[in-house]
Amino acid sequence: MIIYLLCIFLFLVGLYGVVAKRNLIKIVIGLAIMEYSVNLFLILIGYVKGGAAPIRSGEMADKAFTNFVDPLPQAMVLTAIVIGLATTALLLAIAIRIYKKYGTFDIREIKNLKG
Amino acid sequence: MDLYIPLFVAVPLGGAFLSAIIGHFLKRFGRIFTSVILAFLTGLSLFLIFTVREPLVLKVGGWELLGKIPIAIYMVIDGLSIYMLLIINLIGFLSAFYSISYMKKFTAENNYYTLFCIMTAGMNGVVISGDIFNIYVFMEMAAISSYALVAFGIEKEELEASFKYQVLGGMSSLFILLGIGLLYWSTSTLNIADVSRIIFSNGKSELIIFAQVILLAGFGLKAAMIPFHAWLPDAHSSAPSPISSMLSGVLIKAIGAYVILRLFFNMFAITYDVSLVITIIGTLSMVTGVLLAIGQWDIKRLLAYHSISQMGYVILGVGIGMLVLAKNGDRSVATLSIAGGLFHLFNHAVFKGLLFLNAGAVEYETGIRDMKKLGGLSEKMPVTASTSLSASMSISGIPPFNGFFSKLIIIIAAIQAGYYVLSILAVFVSIITLASFLKVQRFTFFNKKSSGLESSGISVREVPFTMCFSMIFLAVLCIVLSLMIIPSVREIILTPAVDVLVNAGKYSATVLGY
Repeated sequence: MIIYLLCIFLFLVGLYGVVAKRNLIKIVIGLAIMEYSVNLFLILIGYVKGGAAPIRSGEMADKAFTNFVDPLPQAMVLTAIVIGLATTALLLAIAIRIYKKYGTFDIREIKNLKG
Repeated sequence: MDLYIPLFVAVPLGGAFLSAIIGHFLKRFGRIFTSVILAFLTGLSLFLIFTVREPLVLKVGGWELLGKIPIAIYMVIDGLSIYMLLIINLIGFLSAFYSISYMKKFTAENNYYTLFCIMTAGMNGVVISGDIFNIYVFMEMAAISSYALVAFGIEKEELEASFKYQVLGGMSSLFILLGIGLLYWSTSTLNIADVSRIIFSNGKSELIIFAQVILLAGFGLKAAMIPFHAWLPDAHSSAPSPISSMLSGVLIKAIGAYVILRLFFNMFAITYDVSLVITIIGTLSMVTGVLLAIGQWDIKRLLAYHSISQMGYVILGVGIGMLVLAKNGDRSVATLSIAGGLFHLFNHAVFKGLLFLNAGAVEYETGIRDMKKLGGLSEKMPVTASTSLSASMSISGIPPFNGFFSKLIIIIAAIQAGYYVLSILAVFVSIITLASFLKVQRFTFFNKKSSGLESSGISVREVPFTMCFSMIFLAVLCIVLSLMIIPSVREIILTPAVDVLVNAGKYSATVLGY
């Protein structure tokens, strides 16, 4: 149970980074931390204590060995990591462009749009 | 018939790669090819509307049920999916055709068309997928390309809007992924039909209620419902105009509203609490959006705030239907209300797409978006002015335009269901919408020519053919769509979509086949 709470805590750390920080790069890092916590949560769902890798071959196929970890969340996490890579790369690219235009990473000085 | 389903994803994806590669050698390839494939997909969805009566299910890879466990990834086309596919590809085709002239002033045109195709593929994928994790993947495809398209102008405003949109969009995606994880934890499956079967047989645990809250927050952020609306006016007003019309007309519906409808009707059993929350969110969006809109002077920003308000109408109509269904009330009232919501969804795609294209035409000729500096354009730009007038009358609910009928249906359904306050609010919002579009018409098209426009020496004339064609087509649709109130037309297009939502429990049986 404690490990799920720590996972949620990691999510909140990331959320704090996004909400409270004023540097564009720190906001991106906050989002990345949130993403890792969600990925960790998905992995934890599929985890079985003492479970083996879910491949039925070799000596595993002979025994009636049923204590496998769940492979589906692992496949989901692989997909989610790739998507996260795309998001983070695009965010950083935009942040660099913003730095070139405004000369700062501080969101208090980047406020052309309002109302 | 099943094999038509993957075409909706495969064709635009192939178009994206081809316009990226061949576009290097043939400069005009992307702009023509994108319009061609989107016209093809529009034709295909029209064909499916007239032929499909039973839901089509494609099991990717051909894996059949193992016992009673679906192991393949399901792709499902039912009435609601076809309805959404028609909206996406029709508005997509007209925006792409409009872009042929509009995007000439931008560099890297082929990258624009590549991103456009990927966005369309993502939205089509969300609509046809019957698997909740697949919905997430396709949604991210559409969302990431839309982040890049918002920043396409790479000026100060565009970059800032795109960053804001990306941070909020990224957060909403993470909420959705967390919700999917929670759902998988409690049901051990990702197939929407299978999840629905398990929830019906096992009842709801607290975990599922938590997952519902998280998913509603995530997709509410994507649909820009009112507590989560902050990114929409910036992103939609900063993008190039055909993209604004895609984002406002289609994207917030396909990856926001559609998924909310699909999950909360067909996957989770309808409960009174959730329907109440959805109705309240819809009402808040409807009222607050229009109050924020009326003070705007930037024409595209005003339109973007109206998108929030009009999506509020859609969610309100559907929410009232949900409330009636949850209380086991009169099913005909629920049907009427949901039909009103879905009808308004199509209408909003048409008239808001048209209004953004009009705003784009004005910006194309004058380079100005501030309504205080515009005026007197109706003499020089007759097509833009007249199409904009018809869209404005449609959005503010003047008969015989389509917006009038869908709003009328929603209001009548609210009265029949006994929610008098909501119906009065809907009428009130409609009046303020009319006021704010009178402002748009007066200051942009009918006022005397402003001194600022004259002194700057810009010679204004009518926009090129492709832009005119898209605008006229949509303006005609604004009137033609009101034919949807005739029963024989309605039964072909709207009724199958409404049936999917009203008979929510039948979805899992028809898809799984037991």
